Amino acid sequence: MNDPASTILFSVILLNFFILGTSRLGACIRVVAVQGALLSLLPPLVHGVSAHSLFLATGAFALKGMVIPWLLFRAIRQVRIRREMEPRIGYIATLMLGALTTAGAFIFADRLPLMPEHLHSLFIPASLSTLAVGFLLLITRRKAITQVLGYLVFENGIFIFGILLAKAMPLMVEAGVLLDMLVAIFVMGIVMNHINREYSSIDTENLCLLKE
Amino acid sequence: MLLDAIIILPLLAAALAAVVPSESRRPWLLPAAAIPHLLLVGRIIAAPPAMGDGTMLALDGLGRLVLLVVSLLFAVSSIYSLGYFRTHPTWSNRTFVVCLLLFLGAMSVAAAARHLGLLWVAVEATTVASAPMIYFNRNRFSIEATWKYLLFCSVGIALAMLGILFLAYAGLHGGAEGSLQFDLLLSQAQLFSKPWLRAGFVFLLVGFGTKMGLAPLHTWKPDAYGEAPGLVGGLLAGGLTSVAFLAVLRAVQIMNAAGEAELARQCLLGLGLLSLVFAAIFVIRQRDIKRMLAYSSVEHMGILAIGVSVGGLAVYGAMFHVLNNALTKGSLFMSAGNIHRYFGSKKMCETQGAVSALPWSAGLFLAGFLAIAGSPPFGPFLSEFTILCGIFGAGRSGLGLAFISLLAVIFIGMSHTVVSVALGPPMEETPEEVGDRRPLREGFLTVLGPFLLLGLVLVLGLYLPPPLRDLFREAAGLLEVGR
Repeated sequence: MNDPASTILFSVILLNFFILGTSRLGACIRVVAVQGALLSLLPPLVHGVSAHSLFLATGAFALKGMVIPWLLFRAIRQVRIRREMEPRIGYIATLMLGALTTAGAFIFADRLPLMPEHLHSLFIPASLSTLAVGFLLLITRRKAITQVLGYLVFENGIFIFGILLAKAMPLMVEAGVLLDMLVAIFVMGIVMNHINREYSSIDTENLCLLKE
Repeated sequence: MLLDAIIILPLLAAALAAVVPSESRRPWLLPAAAIPHLLLVGRIIAAPPAMGDGTMLALDGLGRLVLLVVSLLFAVSSIYSLGYFRTHPTWSNRTFVVCLLLFLGAMSVAAAARHLGLLWVAVEATTVASAPMIYFNRNRFSIEATWKYLLFCSVGIALAMLGILFLAYAGLHGGAEGSLQFDLLLSQAQLFSKPWLRAGFVFLLVGFGTKMGLAPLHTWKPDAYGEAPGLVGGLLAGGLTSVAFLAVLRAVQIMNAAGEAELARQCLLGLGLLSLVFAAIFVIRQRDIKRMLAYSSVEHMGILAIGVSVGGLAVYGAMFHVLNNALTKGSLFMSAGNIHRYFGSKKMCETQGAVSALPWSAGLFLAGFLAIAGSPPFGPFLSEFTILCGIFGAGRSGLGLAFISLLAVIFIGMSHTVVSVALGPPMEETPEEVGDRRPLREGFLTVLGPFLLLGLVLVLGLYLPPPLRDLFREAAGLLEVGR
């Protein structure tokens, strides 16, 4: 458990709780950025230094650690908000749910049919718990920007699982995945800006005109 | 070579559209790219190039079918778009045209992808490219629809990525190479670790099923189709759903190769029936014509899923239905878009008696409704009938009866709305209500689009050209168990 990969995964899980517990959006974006940057160190650590793993690490670091946070900071500057007020479920409650799902992830990962080398590693539980936290953010938060953060955390969870399988994805496809994600966040930022222009807020509770 | 051209052509045109300064000339790039695209696709269908094993891009029967559907629908939509942009001469169409062309490029890549990762990249690219188009009308309704579409589909697609990774893990765990190249996946599927394979399939089905709009994952669909311009609604309901269906079928192919066909079929059958039930519930008393079409789209995705789940003849019917559904939906959305623009409303009560104001569009809307509801002599009648024959032929009368009765309920539900829009007594309007609304006449181009598509649907119902029949057979053959 003392290898650097486990330390990184452990801090990723801890950062999940910070994201769930804070109401300050700036801090939230920074922590998601740090989480992404930490994860980008994993491919060379797990697969050794090669052109492929270095490319993945640099690409992920640039995107998750720098470009996407910059886009998000720009977005919250434009819409002038600092805090997530009144989430649908309170912070304490989401933290508890986060703790429960993380515990569940560890228990569940133990029962999965894993390959021998992944049997007691932190990869699977960290991935599952990060996925769960991403989902929690998507469901419980009202501001469009925190929902985007939830999507990012969810992607981070997938990224952790994907590291185990880096050989299945050729470079070109990985580049495509990262590019898609970047453009998706970019478009979400634009849409957020337009929501703000229509409603003077990015509270998604306003988005309730369309229903049966 | 041809295949590369099909992908590069729309992307080049998109780049060109981004730099062309003239608002009135830019839309001409759409047919300029779409019609050569269709001709190239036609050449590929007529003489399919050999498929290399282990490549990233190649076209099998399913890929060719979806490519044909997308290209045909897009070519007609590009003609319609020329008339559409003329009605909004002051709006900037740069983003819209660029996104449309990128959308075509991404769908072409998805149809030809032989690597699950590449397929994912292409399908996600379609989401990102289509979201700005839904927001073309720039109001509160369309921004809400865009946000829901973007977030819902992105998360759905992220789940599909998880499913793909599970498949890769299933391969590694079972001792296969762990590659996601499709031919390798199929040849080694027998080795896969079963629990991971099943989990992977479920995630893929949920992920791409969201994109396809199978109930209960369809909630973004009425909003997005309702608020998008008719042109975009048609492309989403006809083109994008076919691409997403292809992605689901790729997962089914892997399950078939791994000897897990039964689970795949049951999942598809469940979602398919649920889609019919949801469509039947929500289509009744639906007062918004575009939302009604969205529920009809949910219905037809359900029909496709049921067709594939039954197997045998029904799969052939489902392949035929992909083409019929796409063309008919395109026609319906375009004529609904014309009605929407003329009345400035898509509510049933405010668009009554469209036939006196817009004889062509309302007539096409009515005929399109008859076609999509499965009346002879249109194509969807034949394909739905084939699926039904397949169901009864497989000895599943209970399913067949449920299928017929749900279709009948949807037919009755839709007909109430459609008939009162098309044929109801015209609204009495005071001069104030007419206000500053420009009396819009039907343009030649905005009627030509839906007319062409509906004409094709009619021809398909009367005569099926042998190359097409072979294409459906080949595509259905790929989904047979044991291949």
